[in-house]
Amino acid sequence: MAENEKKHDPEKEKRKIQTVSRMKEIMTDYYIEAKGARENGRKVAWITSGGPVEPLIAMDVIPVYPENHGAMIGASKMGAQLCERAEEMGYSRDLCSYARADIGDAVAKTGPIGGLPEPDMLVCCNNICGTVLKWYETAARFFNVPLFILDTPFIHREFTDSARKYVLSQIYEYISFLETHCGRKMDYEHMEEVGRLSVEATQLWQSVLDTCAHKPAPMTAFDAFFHLALIVTLRGTQVTVDYYRQLLDELNDRIDRGIAMVPNEKYRLLWDNLPVWYRTRWLSDKFAGHDAALVADTYTSAWSGMLPDITGQTFLEAMSETYTKVYINISIDRMFDIVAGMIRKYDVDGMVMHSNRSCKPYSLGQYDLRQMIMDRLGVPTLIIEADMVDERSFSESQIDTRIDAFMETLKA
Amino acid sequence: MNPIDRFQSVWHDPNDYARKRKQQTGRKILGYFCSYAPEELIHAAGLWPFRLLGTRGEVRMADTHLQSYCCSLVRGGLEAALNGSLDFLDGAVFPHTCDSIQRLSDIWRLNAGFAHHFDAVLPVRLDSPSARQYMIDVLNEFRQELADAFGTEISDDAVWQAIGDYNRIREKLRTLYELRSRAPGLFDPSTVHRIMTAAMVMERREFFEQINAFLEGVDPDAAGLGDTGRKRVVLSGGICTHPDIYELLARAGADVVWDDLCTGARYFEGRIAEDGPDPVAALADRYMERTVCPAKHRDTTARARALVDMVRQQQAGGVIFLLLKFCDPHAFDYPYLKKFLDEAGIPSLLLEIEEQPPPEGQLMTRFETFVDMLSD
Repeated sequence: MAENEKKHDPEKEKRKIQTVSRMKEIMTDYYIEAKGARENGRKVAWITSGGPVEPLIAMDVIPVYPENHGAMIGASKMGAQLCERAEEMGYSRDLCSYARADIGDAVAKTGPIGGLPEPDMLVCCNNICGTVLKWYETAARFFNVPLFILDTPFIHREFTDSARKYVLSQIYEYISFLETHCGRKMDYEHMEEVGRLSVEATQLWQSVLDTCAHKPAPMTAFDAFFHLALIVTLRGTQVTVDYYRQLLDELNDRIDRGIAMVPNEKYRLLWDNLPVWYRTRWLSDKFAGHDAALVADTYTSAWSGMLPDITGQTFLEAMSETYTKVYINISIDRMFDIVAGMIRKYDVDGMVMHSNRSCKPYSLGQYDLRQMIMDRLGVPTLIIEADMVDERSFSESQIDTRIDAFMETLKA
Repeated sequence: MNPIDRFQSVWHDPNDYARKRKQQTGRKILGYFCSYAPEELIHAAGLWPFRLLGTRGEVRMADTHLQSYCCSLVRGGLEAALNGSLDFLDGAVFPHTCDSIQRLSDIWRLNAGFAHHFDAVLPVRLDSPSARQYMIDVLNEFRQELADAFGTEISDDAVWQAIGDYNRIREKLRTLYELRSRAPGLFDPSTVHRIMTAAMVMERREFFEQINAFLEGVDPDAAGLGDTGRKRVVLSGGICTHPDIYELLARAGADVVWDDLCTGARYFEGRIAEDGPDPVAALADRYMERTVCPAKHRDTTARARALVDMVRQQQAGGVIFLLLKFCDPHAFDYPYLKKFLDEAGIPSLLLEIEEQPPPEGQLMTRFETFVDMLSD
């Protein structure tokens, strides 16, 4: 009977987000374009997920994201195998699993897309971690290509004038780097147009996430993990703006028609940290089984947090602050302020923190953050220990038990 | 107490030393975790910089703040701050360093309860004029914050004076390293390690007097002492807090003749120019030029080239990597450093250290096997 329900469940069909198929088309086209870059005389740059992609788009360079690739590897459950390959090369198992999986696949080329298109240049912004610096140094040696580092000083208390000046001079150094390696000048008018599209897409992405403030939520964080791909990779293009407009329309329509992603939504949860890519389905079903919807998360909203203030300055000038202030480049107390805002906005009953072995800047400090959330806001918070890509660090029975116990306390 | 006993007693219990010496001198003490902490400015403010090296005890209280996949330096440092064993500190400064220490700074500020807390977020890039300018700006901001916090002024003259003091201390440490490299048998295997610890925790003027007295007592030509007949190795990594490693290695047949540790040669590497117009720019230039910590960026092969050069210059037969478990920057560099060494025909051994090194018997076997491979 259960089987039967799975096959012909009109309720379940109704809850599917239709725009998903459009995302698959866009991403397929994008990877085909990137894979064929060399034949078409176009350059490929590898760039970190928090890096400023807009100048690449403006220079007609194809941006490729090893982290997005890491997520694909995780979702395809190829993480452990490719991580092991990197471990055989001498990389410690304690290192970031995105980096390990990607380094492994650069050699093995056995991942979900048979290896990433090779880079002509590398752009590394350390606003998300110090790991990307080491990872990109490794890539620079392996592919023997130039590396640009955008160094965005961590904000413990405030974004200082000296940091602003430093980051802004690097933005112009970044453009010179691109001009040198592309052999042509930046068209600054076009750059501002790309910036405008980037701002528009970012605003739309925030609106998409905001639909989950509605009760019941028309989608969950598990959907956001999927729809995130474009705001990360193709910010600053018309196709991204059009995509999020379509998605937003669909979500608003769902709200009008009362379609919820979790059928009997009773509990609203906030997720912290990267997804557990190889277990998103399992976790989604697990929470839905408790009538709990993950209505927001600190991860996908990090990209809408990048919305620059472009009043009175150019997009390039605004970039220095925007890219330095991202969610994990700030102190625990500043993170708390953002989380507290989300808890209010989405009217959250509990928080689930993924303590992610791969990501120290995101995970270290979670214990203090959790204590602040419980003490100051009275919101129950669960921590689960796992890893974003390396499924060897996932203990199903332990996590299963912990989620059940946590949900029991919420229900009590 | 003769200098060697003094160093030994400081090494044995740095906190006890600090507590007593603070009582005698009334000097305020600022803790730090990283060789990029601008000690000269702390010294110029009349304070005493004290290097924090984790804990030798058990980690319990830090467990409520830090996950198990965090390195023992950070966990142990927080433990010491929370359990009261650093009660003599007036505060600490965090010059960014790495992902883990950056978060430690937040956790420390929110929980440790010291009077003062400083973040001097230095650049990660050390390869460009804008990074140099930013470094100078941050050092000047720290200088001002320090002066405000302790109600003092830090004049250019005071900074020049501190630079002079540090240049002299670093010269002595270099002399010590050079003596050991020329004649390893002059000292017990772990003596230099203990002196380096003392150099980073002792009130600096006292350390300078003691190291002078110590070096005066060394007869570099003492007959028969210099040549140990053992093989020569260098250590590579971040920190080393285990004197046993030097002693076991000697028993296995090798002397440590140099290192690139931040608690070793990188601590004294680079003389600060004393004839420029701006003392803070002079401090920045030492950091810009010194061999980098892997958490910083100079270029993509600088560390490996420096390591191969060091091995050749020191006529060492091999390298032992001391990798602190969960130290990402060092772990990322290990495969490529090893590759450069392999290509240069230099054997190496990887030793991963959690809170403690592997048990003695196991370590001894690994050292003996490695030393046997080395050419004389």
